[in-house]
Amino acid sequence: MDYPIGLQIRGGTKVYPGTRALKSVDFDLRMGAVNVLVGENGAGKSTMMKVIAGVEQLTEGQILMGGREVQFRGTEEARRHGIGIVFQELNLFPNMTVAENIFIGREITRGGVDIDMEAQRAETRRLMQRLEHDIHPDTPVGELRVGQQQIIEIAKSLAQDARILILDEPTSALSAAEVEILFRVIAELKRDGVGIVYISHRLEELIRIGDYITVLRDGAITGARSMVGVDVPWIVRNMIGEASKDFAKEVDHPYGDEIFRAENICLPRAGGGLAVDHVSLSLRAGEIVGIYGLMGAGRSEFLECVIGRHGHATGRMFIAGQPLTDRSIAGRIARGIALIPEDRKNDGLIQIASIRENMSLSSLGLFTRIFHMDLGAERRKVADFVKRLTVKIASMENPVSSLSGGNQQKVVIGKALMTGPKVLLMDEPSRGIDIGAKAEVFRTMRQLAAQGLGILFVTSDLEEVMALSDRIIVMAEGRIAGEFDRSKATENAVVAASAPGQERIAQEFVA
Amino acid sequence: MSHAATHTPSSGASPNIGLLLLQARTFIALILVFAFFAMAAPNFLSAANMVIMSKHVALNAFLAVGMTFVIISGGIDLSVGSIVGLCGMVAGWLVLNGIDVGLGWSIQFNTLEICLIVCLVGIAIGVVNGILITRLNVAPFIATLGTLYICRGAAMLSSDGRTFPNLGGNPEYGSDTFRLIGAGSFLGLPISIWMLIVVTGLAAYISRRTPLGRYIYAVGGNERGAALSGVKVNRIKLFVYMFSGFCAALVGLIVSSQLVASHPATGETFELNAIAAAVLGGTSMSGGRGRIGGTIVGAFVIGVLSDGLVMMGVSAFWQTVIKGLVIVAAVVVDQAQQKLQARVALQAQAAIGK
Repeated sequence: MDYPIGLQIRGGTKVYPGTRALKSVDFDLRMGAVNVLVGENGAGKSTMMKVIAGVEQLTEGQILMGGREVQFRGTEEARRHGIGIVFQELNLFPNMTVAENIFIGREITRGGVDIDMEAQRAETRRLMQRLEHDIHPDTPVGELRVGQQQIIEIAKSLAQDARILILDEPTSALSAAEVEILFRVIAELKRDGVGIVYISHRLEELIRIGDYITVLRDGAITGARSMVGVDVPWIVRNMIGEASKDFAKEVDHPYGDEIFRAENICLPRAGGGLAVDHVSLSLRAGEIVGIYGLMGAGRSEFLECVIGRHGHATGRMFIAGQPLTDRSIAGRIARGIALIPEDRKNDGLIQIASIRENMSLSSLGLFTRIFHMDLGAERRKVADFVKRLTVKIASMENPVSSLSGGNQQKVVIGKALMTGPKVLLMDEPSRGIDIGAKAEVFRTMRQLAAQGLGILFVTSDLEEVMALSDRIIVMAEGRIAGEFDRSKATENAVVAASAPGQERIAQEFVA
Repeated sequence: MSHAATHTPSSGASPNIGLLLLQARTFIALILVFAFFAMAAPNFLSAANMVIMSKHVALNAFLAVGMTFVIISGGIDLSVGSIVGLCGMVAGWLVLNGIDVGLGWSIQFNTLEICLIVCLVGIAIGVVNGILITRLNVAPFIATLGTLYICRGAAMLSSDGRTFPNLGGNPEYGSDTFRLIGAGSFLGLPISIWMLIVVTGLAAYISRRTPLGRYIYAVGGNERGAALSGVKVNRIKLFVYMFSGFCAALVGLIVSSQLVASHPATGETFELNAIAAAVLGGTSMSGGRGRIGGTIVGAFVIGVLSDGLVMMGVSAFWQTVIKGLVIVAAVVVDQAQQKLQARVALQAQAAIGK
């Protein structure tokens, strides 16, 4: 099948002070097809998309639409040409409702002044139906989980009737069933002749959905072709220019004694009911337990209960058999629990603080005598962790916001490890980081487990949970819906367990 | 790590010099202002003027140091000016009347005891601010606006709006040394300057070398993130308002001692000068960024500017306009510095990213 070319970049070069983010790239965007874009973090994917969406302007080269040169001096101009983009970092207003967010900047009005809330709500409801999500139009976005917020972002660009739709890692926070929904929507859009650019780190996903693939490395295009015949090794070869960096293979080691046990953990939900519903589980030293489930299944909330974020959670917890009675986060960290939160930007890091200050924040006690802090000892300790976790940094005094996603995640992991935890809670540890960094994070997890840590991690990535876990716990609707030993777990069984009350989706996926 | 030294980007040299100049801008501004007045105003450089000027600056500097912590933690303390007024009245009352216990006799205090009580009053108001903000979830702006009015009203009520005169103290009670806080000197420097040096040194030490200081920055930078990292956010916030109240109490003591009288309207709009000094010194109003040293320099810029303009005979109206212009300019330059700094950091990161 042949698809018309809707947009071209010719000789596109983008120079940032000090770096060339794009080196004379030629890119064809085909309409009615999914144009997949892949590359490690910092390879230039996002820059190229920002150029197309009018966020950034090319230093050299041109953008052609229908054979004529166009210039986008801002997102508004790009939007007028029918280009919509869903950014990797969410751009939503948490204080406004879902409907207000979807129509921000182009409100439906009566006479240009009065906002027609009813029309907006109706349209929002229609969009939510199309995306098969039961989110009320009047819910403030701040109350939604990250994955749901991503759905809102997608709805926002759907509402703009874009001819070209750029999706920058739309599935990074979605569970398998939600990814299926998204793919159905993408298929519909394709039928309508919309040109879709799809950026993701999940390679299997790309192969499944893509029609054309473009691989970027260090700002240059290293491969561009039709998806027919493309396999994962080909993509990886073009992406990193060497042999595949696979998920860390398992290092066999015996498990120790039970290191953590939770009994009947309950957390009331804001609107009534329980977000975490009598969850009990146990974890042994050296064991990696993966918690899989759909968005809103209560996985993240459960981890938050364990670290002590929710004061009104009930239930009992034990560390190495000793009851954990301290309710404060500081107290629980001192007892050997550490959390790596899902939302790196808002929960994991102090963006304007330096790398050093971020990494040592939870363990300043190590360098402090009475009240005096030994800054030299702090620097040495941070340098040690930077080396152990192979964080790529120019200087530990730079703000942590100057790092790429993968390196930021390593700083968060470093912060958690510096407290000397016995139990490590990881919420979506691989979200939004490239495959090289991902493999390193997984390798680190394996090593830590081998050293006797108990690791409890939450993921929406089926492959990841299958590859990494010694034991898999599936959560659905706040409850534990299934528990599988690694040897007995199959993808079908895990997915089926994750969706009680939603048989339709589960069966579709299994089929 | 080792990359840093070897891998300076080739284009990095010029922005780095620019960055250095920008970072030292408040200090440069201070030198310029100083040099200007040294030439334009006669007697500006005389020792007597220096002492007077530094005493003026000290009052604002105390408040600004306390304010800096509050602003770094992401809050604001509008009540400091009123705390100055109220604490001055408390000091005056204690010197004149002591505490009447209603049994026909009263408890009298010596100077040290008076100072302690006044400081406790300031800290207590800080505790009220802190509890309003942490436990009762009142926005800092509103909570401290409320205490601003309450304290000012209380100060007025304490004397029906009149001045407590002649705070000479009584040698019998050991309070005759009260005057020395404002008028005395040690090794040629006024006592109030010594106090400022101690408080500033303490604050700078807290901010750089103690976990408490680190937590103040962390809370202002990202409260949720700090809480999840095990920082006891409420305690940190309580501390900054207590410290701010303590600084304001010191100013109350110094002013009433200097004037040998306390007036309930003392300290009106002092909070705005304190905020201005902090901002001039590079403290970010959105929290997480700022330095005690910068604030002190900022306080000196404002103080030198206003005293110098007075000596030159510039009208008070123009003084106000000029002060405003300086503050606006400072914030504009601050933005430029942030941009440049972020760029330099990104460049360095990009250089090793290859």
